[in-house]
Amino acid sequence: MTAPLLEVTGLTTTFGTGGKRASAVRGLDFTLEPGKVLGIVGESGSGKSVAMMSMLQLLAPSAKVTGSAIYKGRDLITMGPRDIRKIRGKEIGCIFQDPLSAFNPVKTIGHQIVEAILLHDSKISKRAATEHATSLLADVAIPQPGERLGQYPHEFSGGMRQRAMIAMALANGPNLLIADEPTTALDVTVQAQILDLLRKLTEERGIATILITHDLGVVAGMADEIMVMYAGRVVERGSAEAIFYDTRHPYTRGLIAAMPKLDGPGEILRAIEGTPPSIWTRPPGCSFAPRCSFAIEACRTTEPGLRRVGETETACMRAEELDKGMPA
Amino acid sequence: MLKYILRRILTIPLLLLGVASVAFMLSQMTKGDPLAALVPERMMSDPAVVAAIKAQWGLDEPLPVRYVYYMGNLLRGDMGTSFTTRRPVSTDIAERLPATLELVVAAMIVGTVVGMGIGLVSARFRNTAIDGAGRGFALLGSSVPIFWSGLILLYIFSVRLKWTPGTGRLDARTQPPEGITGFYTIDAALAADWPVFVQALSHLLLPALVLGWSVTGIVARLVRSSLLESLGQDYIRTARAKGAPEHRVLLGHALPNALIPVLTVLGFTFAYLITGAVLTEAIFSWPGIGSYAVSSARSLDYPAIGGVTIVGATAFLLANLVTDLAYAWANPRIKLQ
Repeated sequence: MTAPLLEVTGLTTTFGTGGKRASAVRGLDFTLEPGKVLGIVGESGSGKSVAMMSMLQLLAPSAKVTGSAIYKGRDLITMGPRDIRKIRGKEIGCIFQDPLSAFNPVKTIGHQIVEAILLHDSKISKRAATEHATSLLADVAIPQPGERLGQYPHEFSGGMRQRAMIAMALANGPNLLIADEPTTALDVTVQAQILDLLRKLTEERGIATILITHDLGVVAGMADEIMVMYAGRVVERGSAEAIFYDTRHPYTRGLIAAMPKLDGPGEILRAIEGTPPSIWTRPPGCSFAPRCSFAIEACRTTEPGLRRVGETETACMRAEELDKGMPA
Repeated sequence: MLKYILRRILTIPLLLLGVASVAFMLSQMTKGDPLAALVPERMMSDPAVVAAIKAQWGLDEPLPVRYVYYMGNLLRGDMGTSFTTRRPVSTDIAERLPATLELVVAAMIVGTVVGMGIGLVSARFRNTAIDGAGRGFALLGSSVPIFWSGLILLYIFSVRLKWTPGTGRLDARTQPPEGITGFYTIDAALAADWPVFVQALSHLLLPALVLGWSVTGIVARLVRSSLLESLGQDYIRTARAKGAPEHRVLLGHALPNALIPVLTVLGFTFAYLITGAVLTEAIFSWPGIGSYAVSSARSLDYPAIGGVTIVGATAFLLANLVTDLAYAWANPRIKLQ
């Protein structure tokens, strides 16, 4: 086993002021090896984005982060502002959900990519940075990259904008890419292209990737490992294959059942009833219990931890009973 | 773009004719008698004299006829003769407008620079003591009346400390510098007449600070709130995620977006102050348009009222045009056509 690129232990993020605090992420542990792809799946509010933003210290000051995130031997959580700035955009690149709002509307795309380059390389000339930016746009298959540099974000289509966002994230040759819902704001036809591009570029360059999504279909073809998050915790994790074919957790099953199947006969989509709990009103016991059709009395009092059952690690006390083939 | 500007400029005279018409009607409808300014008090009882003066100033004609005369004269560029100064209104305005412009430009510079500075610092250190102090200063600026702040500052700095000279644009015995701009500071500097330059600047300082303080209040509060809104946007997170330091995030990413609404207010404020700096002009004996407007309204000096209205309207129309241009420059999503 190679040395991990990133090792996260007990990552916990709480929000609030004074005595009233609520936790959005509760004790997240994972490791990521160089060049690997980790998929983090969960509904809105499950804490997946907050966890990643916590690592980069990108949250508002009202957020309190504890635990550790050791990147190349240094803890990102306790790092000073100067040091974390050298990591952001240089070691770790970020792609965000909506590329229209993620680009500054009054600056050209070129200006913003060149800025990303200049921020981490004080010796490079502006001209060389511009050339580099042009080649980056070419790498993400944007036609006429030279002209495109002089255009504003609103002059790009959604897919092109996300390509430009990828180019900007890759500008300084990062070792880790955090892609937060990179395809959610895009047309379905464009989604596949963007995912292909992401996979191709990260594979070619050996960049480890954390792919955050609410859509299991997005991580299916890309992730080496998948973590399913619910209410701030990991409820199940395993290899992509295990998650899809050997899941033990009712929530993961629900997510899989909720994926539209394009082959096979048309059928009514199955949704998971109810909504995730707010971080302020989380029930005792297993957070998923109120929505779970398998919940028993014990589920409502004791919160189960992750343990290995079959092919995956799962946080469900009835995991053994929920063998394959049982309906979700 | 050039076509757009030309078109906008060409519509200005048409709009001004409309404004002048409304001003004419309103001032004629106002209760009061312009004769008080025209006829010496002891001759008021002599009907022959009154009738003669009425005829001389055209006040004996029916309203529609006077309107046609007035508009006809306006179209030829003649704004009439003031009842009170007995001089062409255009001469009065040409003499007073530069004084007001100099004061307002100086106040706008003070207000914009200080206001933006306070707004930036307040937003950067929001909800701290620094923010509180900045917001307090801004709030005072926009809520303390000028007749109070002006008098207090005048008392402190001119009367007590004698750091600044008294009122007026120059010392009583100083000859105004010759020049084309009518801004005494600029004219003196162009003529390399440094003693007069210093004197003009020191006279300008206090009124510009007083008027500028009120502008500061508006600008600082707007910049702060607009910045805080920008700072909550996604592109700010992107900039931080790229590794941009906080000052760069603030100045390079948040500020350019936050300035867009500020531009509108700056343009509007500038235009408003051209005729609205009355209190400052009154307190500092500044011979500008504002005091002219008040005295002409008081004596129902129709031609002067019309002239001041036209100046004010022109200021608004030009400021609007400049604001729109600045808007398009600051916000690439806007295309003027």
